[in-house]
Amino acid sequence: MNELIKIVTQLLSDKTIGVFIGYEKGSAGRTRALFARNADQAQKLICDDTCTQNLAGYLLKPEIKKLGRIGILANIPALRSIMQLASEHQIKDQSLLVLTANSDGSLTEFCDFHSIEKYLETSDVNITSGEKEMIARLESMTTTERREFWSREFEKCIKCYACRAACPMCYCHRCTTDVNQPQWIPVASHEMGNLEYHLMRAMHLAGRCINCGECAKACPMDIPLNLLTYQLIEPIRENFGKTAGMKADAVYALSTFNPDDTENFIL
Amino acid sequence: MQEFEPKIVAFVCNWCTYAGADLTGTSRIKYAANVKIIRFPCTGRIDFMILMKAFENGADGIIVSGCHPNDCHYSSGNFHARRRWIVFRNLLNFAGIETERIQFSWVSAAEGLKWADVVNNTVKKIKELGPNENYKKASVSAEVNEEGASHE
Amino acid sequence: MDKEIKILKYGDLPKLIGRFNSRGFKVLAPVRSGTIVEINPVGSFEEIVLDALLTRQSAKKVAFPKVEKVLEFDILKKGVVQHPVDPEACPETLLFGVRPCDACGFKSLDSIFGDTPADQFYLKKKEKTTIISFACTTADEYCFCTSVGGGPGNTDGSDLQFTPISPEELLVEILTDKGKEAAALFGDLLTDASTGTDKSQHLADVKVVFDVKNVVDKATSSFNDTEFWLDQSLRCIGCGACAFVCPTCACFDLQDEQNTKKGVRLRLWDSCGFSLFTLHTSGHNPREVQSQRWRQRIMHKFSYMPEQFNGVGCVGCGRCSRACPADMNIKEHLTSIAAQ
Repeated sequence: MNELIKIVTQLLSDKTIGVFIGYEKGSAGRTRALFARNADQAQKLICDDTCTQNLAGYLLKPEIKKLGRIGILANIPALRSIMQLASEHQIKDQSLLVLTANSDGSLTEFCDFHSIEKYLETSDVNITSGEKEMIARLESMTTTERREFWSREFEKCIKCYACRAACPMCYCHRCTTDVNQPQWIPVASHEMGNLEYHLMRAMHLAGRCINCGECAKACPMDIPLNLLTYQLIEPIRENFGKTAGMKADAVYALSTFNPDDTENFIL
Repeated sequence: MQEFEPKIVAFVCNWCTYAGADLTGTSRIKYAANVKIIRFPCTGRIDFMILMKAFENGADGIIVSGCHPNDCHYSSGNFHARRRWIVFRNLLNFAGIETERIQFSWVSAAEGLKWADVVNNTVKKIKELGPNENYKKASVSAEVNEEGASHE
Repeated sequence: MDKEIKILKYGDLPKLIGRFNSRGFKVLAPVRSGTIVEINPVGSFEEIVLDALLTRQSAKKVAFPKVEKVLEFDILKKGVVQHPVDPEACPETLLFGVRPCDACGFKSLDSIFGDTPADQFYLKKKEKTTIISFACTTADEYCFCTSVGGGPGNTDGSDLQFTPISPEELLVEILTDKGKEAAALFGDLLTDASTGTDKSQHLADVKVVFDVKNVVDKATSSFNDTEFWLDQSLRCIGCGACAFVCPTCACFDLQDEQNTKKGVRLRLWDSCGFSLFTLHTSGHNPREVQSQRWRQRIMHKFSYMPEQFNGVGCVGCGRCSRACPADMNIKEHLTSIAAQ
């Protein structure tokens, strides 16, 4: 922790970075994002196992980019988001100063995207066993039971778009749901509006989701949204051999193809 | 009691399946009349949201059909489409929407007979599955469409 | 009217709910829904949860639902024929087991929707709703009702308020004419309260953390201090969670859903936190960045509302802070505004 504060204070004072995105103690035992722009603010930085939020969601915000070169304390989900954003040409190599906290408390600074790729090769990037279990449980239900499960969950949805706002991959200036010429996705949070929004979002994240779970954490109604996007990770890996957020020059699964792709449902 | 006549929407590519469907007609092959055909330049252009809209507006079943792989008029449109459908079908299934209601096929301009078979088999399958009630009762706009349709 | 004070036994609550049900009231109360507690219709007392601090969403959905049909129309050859939706077509409703802050929230909504032109969709539903609130015996660190003119036993907006004064008994305060009418349905279950029964000793201790007048003044005078608002809002992600769970937020969107033959016009919740909230057709957006939108949220509640109506647009329930994915914690922000 002190090591981190020291490093960041130095980086800010010699103007290597304009802002450092890290974590601070929040309210009621929560941990939240901190945007340290000077030495005083840097004193509040913490680095422990409550620091699970994927801070990469803030990297593309205009107000934050305006603050100067960005430094970030990136955990594995954030590193993967950075890789995915890089592969989508949203971040240039070496434009960020990326630090990560190792399990022994030391810090690693990545000099470029390539070093992040190497780090991720030996990291655990899988969804948790609890999440695997939930997906397996849903997959073992009948279609009707699954339909009822999601119907009950989506009834709670209030279309606050916290899921979209929290997701580092949802950076479109004009989300499909906000397009009204034509209105593809009903704005209203009735069953159809909720279902279509979530299906659309899952499809637009297919091959891009790096399973950070921020969407489900952000949802004020506790809907397990991450399961929808997570469930597509395996089919995409199996069918197309691609996993999101591992390489800075990866190609999006759905904007490429293999003439030998196979399926069993097309007559 | 009237037998359930499903409403099927077919999204087809202009160069292969649409031409193939035309051939079905000129060959005087009879096939079920439940299908409304919508012509696209290529299956690569068919967004999954269009399929969702078809269900939302009252379709009981959907057919998506285009050129055989390697025969796409635009070289690779159908390859992209194939990937998209693999993912979409997975998602629909996980969300509890019957993937049997969407029939995908490759029908070339010479396969008039195949088109008739695809349509007839799809109509038969949807008749067995019944009306797409879940989708229909899901929203206010669904209520709109149910009554709107009866004006025809 | 002068309030009446009575005693009701906890054990009689099922009977009370039953009376309203059998009179054809729609009864809405906190129920467990997965991991959260929500206000939903109930058939019997057994479904009701009374020991949760607060429901995740506020009670405003009773009179201002998240989706509401306001118009139906037919598209005919001669033109569009409108079929207005009757605002009176709503049932007599009992809102039971909500908190004083929920009831208080309706005061703000009454001012907004009651302003000219009066919004009958809200007003008629509200008219037909009787509110029985439960005073708070506990609070958490997000609550700050006492700093904004409310409190754990505040009765503004409630028709009746029940306060637990012992494991078996509730103090019943009958506060309004509507409350009196409702109490008539279970009058036989009520007994007189002994003189000197003081509910305040049973209420939660919610310390005042700022002087709201200070917040109003400082917020108003800090309008142009862009650094100040930027500092507060950097971690805000611009979702609508705070506005949608807030008991006093009333912004709405109107959306038409139609086919070529007919359609409906729906009123939906909207949030000033969304980036597109103030986007003009020209492409200009007067609140282009989140700090401007965050400032607007505070100003609306603590500067414009007091200016136009009678009080601040906040009841200190803390729902926004609990729901916020980025921990914006309005209590913290207001305290820092007051301390400026």
